[in-house]
Amino acid sequence: MQERLVERAKELLTDGTVVRVLGWKQGDLGYNPEPAYFNSPEELADFVYDGFCGANLSKYMIQAGKMEGNTLVFLKPCDTYSFNQLIKEHRVNREKTYIIGVGCKGTLDIDKIKNAGIKGIESISQDGDMLKIQTIYGEKEFPFDDALLERCTVCKGKTHQVYDELIGAQEGEEAGPKGNRFEMVEKLEAMTPKERFAFWQNELSKCIRCNACRNACPACSCLKCVFDSNKFDSAQKANVDTFEEQMFHVIRAFHVAGRCTDCGECSRVCPQGIPLHLLNRKFIKDINEFYGPYQAGEDTDSRAPLTDYTFEDVEPSVVTERGGKH
Amino acid sequence: MQRIGVFVCHCGTNIAATVDVARVVEAAAKEPGVVHAEDYQYMCSEAGQLKIREAIKEKNLTGIVVCSCSPRMHENTFRQAAERAGINPYMVEIANIREHCSWIHKDIEEATEKAVILARAAIAKVTLNAPLQSGTSRVVKRALVIGGGIAGIQTALDIADAGYEVDIVEKTPSIGGRMSQLDKTFPTLDCSACILTPKMVEAAAHEKITIYTYSEVEKVSGFVGDFQVDIRKKARSVDMSKCTGCGVCQEKCPSKKTPNEFNRGLNTRSAIYTPFAQAIPNVPVIDRENCIKFKTGKCGVCSKVCQAGAIDYEQKDEIVTQNYGAIVVATGFDTIKLDKFDEYSYSTSPDVITSLELERIMNAAGPTKGHLERMSDHKPPKSMVFIQCVGSRCADKRGKSYCSKICCMYTAKHAMLIRDKYPGVEVTVFYIDVRTPGKNFDEFYRRAVEEYGVNYIKGQVGKVAEKGDKLLVQGVDLIDNKRILMETDMVVLATAIEPNPDVRKIATMLTASIDTNNFLTESHAKLRPVESPTAGIFLSGVCQGPKDIPETVAQAGAAAVKVVGLLAKDHLVTNPCVAKSDELLCNGCSSCEKVCPYGAISYEEREVNDHGIRETRRVANVNSALCQGCGACTVACPSGAMDLQGFSNRQILAEVDAICK
Ligand SMILES: Cc1cc2nc3c(=O)[nH]c(=O)nc-3n(C[C@H](O)[C@H](O)[C@H](O)COP(=O)(O)OP(=O)(O)OC[C@H]3O[C@@H](n4cnc5c(N)ncnc54)[C@H](O)[C@@H]3O)c2cc1C
Ligand code: SF4
Ligand code: SF4
Ligand code: SF4
Ligand code: SF4
Ligand code: SF4
Repeated sequence: MQERLVERAKELLTDGTVVRVLGWKQGDLGYNPEPAYFNSPEELADFVYDGFCGANLSKYMIQAGKMEGNTLVFLKPCDTYSFNQLIKEHRVNREKTYIIGVGCKGTLDIDKIKNAGIKGIESISQDGDMLKIQTIYGEKEFPFDDALLERCTVCKGKTHQVYDELIGAQEGEEAGPKGNRFEMVEKLEAMTPKERFAFWQNELSKCIRCNACRNACPACSCLKCVFDSNKFDSAQKANVDTFEEQMFHVIRAFHVAGRCTDCGECSRVCPQGIPLHLLNRKFIKDINEFYGPYQAGEDTDSRAPLTDYTFEDVEPSVVTERGGKH
Repeated sequence: MQRIGVFVCHCGTNIAATVDVARVVEAAAKEPGVVHAEDYQYMCSEAGQLKIREAIKEKNLTGIVVCSCSPRMHENTFRQAAERAGINPYMVEIANIREHCSWIHKDIEEATEKAVILARAAIAKVTLNAPLQSGTSRVVKRALVIGGGIAGIQTALDIADAGYEVDIVEKTPSIGGRMSQLDKTFPTLDCSACILTPKMVEAAAHEKITIYTYSEVEKVSGFVGDFQVDIRKKARSVDMSKCTGCGVCQEKCPSKKTPNEFNRGLNTRSAIYTPFAQAIPNVPVIDRENCIKFKTGKCGVCSKVCQAGAIDYEQKDEIVTQNYGAIVVATGFDTIKLDKFDEYSYSTSPDVITSLELERIMNAAGPTKGHLERMSDHKPPKSMVFIQCVGSRCADKRGKSYCSKICCMYTAKHAMLIRDKYPGVEVTVFYIDVRTPGKNFDEFYRRAVEEYGVNYIKGQVGKVAEKGDKLLVQGVDLIDNKRILMETDMVVLATAIEPNPDVRKIATMLTASIDTNNFLTESHAKLRPVESPTAGIFLSGVCQGPKDIPETVAQAGAAAVKVVGLLAKDHLVTNPCVAKSDELLCNGCSSCEKVCPYGAISYEEREVNDHGIRETRRVANVNSALCQGCGACTVACPSGAMDLQGFSNRQILAEVDAICK
């Protein structure tokens, strides 16, 4: 697959369709490829596409859209929702983008492998249903499915929402068996407010405000985030006590509500392992229940339930009747 | 640096009895920026305003806070006072220590503490206020009336007589409303059609009135003085300009099985129909759901028999777009459905009818040509029972908690008319109370009892059962304290009335509020009874609350006066508290545009200079003439680019901080 992608990228660079390629290149470890631009066929030597290419490249297209010439970008099925949502918000330039939808078997969570006691990892390759892991202590095996990121165990589907061509994927492809992505949210809903508060206090107090979640989030695409702006003093406000981060995360969750595609990047990039996606999923679940199923990024022109009004909308009084929680 | 003055009002004892005003003055005086603080018995009085003006001049104040009643009451008073003393009226803030504080607390300690906090919040806000200038907006000299019942007709006539253009939008094929279905009307017993038809004709002939029947309001945008409205004229399938109203089409139409709405389903009508003989306009419509031509493609009889060639099966709905300075809602009412009141056997026995059905039966143009007869066997009844308050004053959820107000009077009317025309018929009325306040109303009821021998029984009916071809009524007599079991031939239910269910949709389009019973709410129950809280929207008739014709007509006139008062203005002063987007923060994401109820936001590609970086960006642009300062966009904007002047994010946060200090 990786070879086919490189080959096609070379063609598109050579025939002038695009002037640069946005993809992933090998990182310093065997399992941390990073987003990168490739400006010539030669540079593509470093190109990589494997289970660790979790990074969603959609957001980089905001910048790329402002550069001279067209850009080729590789998007996994779930990444295309983010790209669509960015089109809807007028943040990316569809005309200057050539999208290759790449097939995806699921992206991997290195921590799951490390937590299984596998140490000194040098490189990882896939062999059927198993991962072959070269370590300084010799070769180890690990089941592929057990190493999947949480988001991939509840995959939205293998269908690309927007693309110019597909490689390693087909139109209308089905996802494998899916878990219930709201399982944990339901557990949180069942907790007493006190328990829930304790849960979040415990999680959010781990936050070191590195801003990785915000920087990776395709919905957090503001030119100037309110937390960096001196117009509202909100940056200082979010810092007033040890439980400061709740303000940051709760405000961020509100800002992305109805726009979050549930791409899972926030939780994936968090160095502290905070399950941030649960905040957003609570919003998604509520929106689905109150306004009918809605998936951000499924299209580029519909009106999102939270910024739309219809006569069928729930009235506050029936929110609880329909199962809404306080 | 701002120099702020704080003025604490006693409002007689309204505030001072629960709030220690001296302590509020003392606390306010210590706040940063405050250079003057005092209290007075009535700040809104001439003397109180003079104190404010003098303090502004003597202490060189730049902004003031008045701790008093709701800004709805006196914000304007104090803004004017400030302006007269030479400071910008938007440098005034009100801390509502009456409605939000003294009126809802009993404990002086608590109330005083809260008043101090509210004062502090207002001081924090005014410190960040900036002078604002209001502009003006135009007033379109034309009014829209939604609903063509007696309320709508009267309002339209009064506005038109004052010289302004009025359009009436009526949902059904004719104007007239419920009143056109009534036979005789209390308290004078004149024939309803005889007094209504001249008004309908007058409205239709009036050069300033345009009537859109078989039409509905589809979309409303804009604001007071300049609403833009889309009216959907449903396809009549008959060319209004050609039809002569001869009626031959209705005679010849072979599809005659549709329940006749006008006669409350007591008989049937043809697929092409005019609801009643005096209909205005006297042009039929084709009910496409029941027309054979529309259902099967065959038939076309009406087109063949129409001499004028007016039938047009191809006609399409038409959208008329028009601007209006003011809108009057006059959508009226319907009787409630009785499906939850099985005990009266309404759905099973044709001889149990509603009072509105009785109106049709008694009417010479009704299903029985005005003969009083049972719908089951068409025999004249020998006895009748009237049951009042069916679904009104109802304790459980099946009915309405309110009194429908008109039923006592029309039941007395029905009883009297029947005893007058058919003296052999025995009439019994079951009632909870007889409520007949109103000029000549109690006399009217007493005539029914004393002159016409109507048998009034105080008590309720528990059940009406069918027994052979008779009805068995089981009730109680509360005065004689006994159970009653009586056989009768007909039962008439004085059914509760409710606002037309459509009104929710209309209210939403107009952002006018409705109460829990779907009646439109007035801006002030006592002092602004025909104005909705939304500027430029007025209320007329039963859509606002149950009332009879005399009251409806009086209210219709009142609404017209308010409309005329608005239309007579050359322009309106606009609110300068409008939204503004900061081009350096705006992502151009369109979130704000989607939530703006007034369509005030558009986008432009603008070259911006962001700290030395020049680039062309898509940025939001607020049309300040359209913006109503609702603030919806400011909360939808993720980056905080959108801000409301006079209520900026910073000001609101400063208030919150002051409250939490
Ligand atoms: C059985 C009965 C007997 C009565 N007898 C008497 C009596 O003897 N004397 C007396 O004083 N009063 C009597 N009344 C009360 C009287 O009928 C009302 O006071 C009067 O009809 C109120 O007029 P209105 O214009 O407010 O409402 P309506 O008459 O209901 O008129 C409302 C109009 O608005 C139209 N409309 C509704 N929704 C829309 C929409 N969305 N768009 C466009 N048009 C719309 C309707 O089609 C209707 O034409 C009686 C009432 C009943 C039920
Ligand atoms: S909040 Fe998290 S899941 Fe949602 S779009 Fe942003 S990164 Fe993706
Ligand atoms: S947190 Fe809010 S303001 Fe900051 S980038 Fe995300 S959406 Fe924009
Ligand atoms: S990525 Fe994790 S640690 Fe970093 S700011 Fe977000 S939640 Fe906090
Ligand atoms: S405040 Fe914003 S949403 Fe409200 S009318 Fe003005 S521009 Fe529209
Ligand atoms: S919501 Fe805010 S960022 Fe988005 S277009 Fe409007 S003003 Fe700009």
